[in-house]
Amino acid sequence: MSSIPTPILWTVIIGLALGSYGLRFAFIGFMGGKPIPEWLMRHLRYTAVAIIPALVAPLVVWPAPTGGAPSLMHFSAAAATFAAGYLTRNVLIGLGTGGLCLLLLYLAA
Amino acid sequence: MAITTTKSAFWKGFRDSAPFLFMASPFGFLFGVLAAEAGLVVPEAFAFSLTVFAGAAQFTALQLMQENAPLIIILISALAVNLRMAMYSASLTPYLGDAPMWQRAIAAYFIVDQSYALSVVQFEQEPEMPLAQRVAYFFGTNGLITPAWVIATALGALVSTRIPESWGVDFVLPLAFLAMIGPMLRTPAHVAACFVAVAASLPASALPYNLGLIVAGIAGMVAGAQAELWLDRQKAKAEGAK
Repeated sequence: MSSIPTPILWTVIIGLALGSYGLRFAFIGFMGGKPIPEWLMRHLRYTAVAIIPALVAPLVVWPAPTGGAPSLMHFSAAAATFAAGYLTRNVLIGLGTGGLCLLLLYLAA
Repeated sequence: MAITTTKSAFWKGFRDSAPFLFMASPFGFLFGVLAAEAGLVVPEAFAFSLTVFAGAAQFTALQLMQENAPLIIILISALAVNLRMAMYSASLTPYLGDAPMWQRAIAAYFIVDQSYALSVVQFEQEPEMPLAQRVAYFFGTNGLITPAWVIATALGALVSTRIPESWGVDFVLPLAFLAMIGPMLRTPAHVAACFVAVAASLPASALPYNLGLIVAGIAGMVAGAQAELWLDRQKAKAEGAK
């Protein structure tokens, strides 16, 4: 796996550290008791649940281990992970199920 | 059980957060393993978890760095995942906003999913809780989680150098993201946001500089907000009809 250039890595770490702190401090630090506009809250609620699926969908359809060729094995493991996570509402059970599924399919193939 | 002192408020937060250890530790460990696989050395992984202290955003940045995405895209995407922290900050303000500035400045660092969720429930259940106890409770919820997250990352990075390349850990990161999505889908509006983001991300991945992620993310976010408005209107109509 190609390693990440050190200047890039540290820029990302420092940028994210400052940015994340800024987001966390924004209201509790600056706004005092002022309420945050409702339309803004409404969009903030859906950022994580939009960005993470958008990040992962192409990784599932064109998986890196096959060099981007669609693979039933990876798709099945992905579907199992999502389904288990959704049904149990537990991230670790989801990840465990998917990992096991990937391992079994890999051994069977 | 009513809380009587500031000290007991801290320890109640500490105890209430214990179940989250079983979530934070393995995930911190996994981040360490994957970070080391991506070429980060132990101090780098450790510094990452200590300063950024936000799992999903760290995983996002790690994935995009491996894809050689442009710096600005990495930062925007990972910070977008963290935008919910601003929402947490806003909804904690009515409870903690009157604390001294230095306490609020320290508290801001500790705003994460777990400390927010526990604290808001506690503060709503006991509205008459004094400010000092609220602050103590909030810090208590981080007493276990924060050290666990950072130490687990370092351990994961240490162990990772001994995991053979052939184990194919490069699909574990996508699986970790997938496992995070399920529990996020709390309402039909969340499902709409997720669905639109996925549908948009596949054609949008043809865009250069990983811009597709931003485009699909915004599409999903707007879809979620609009779905929420629509559902609220339907509910209001149904209630008006009664």
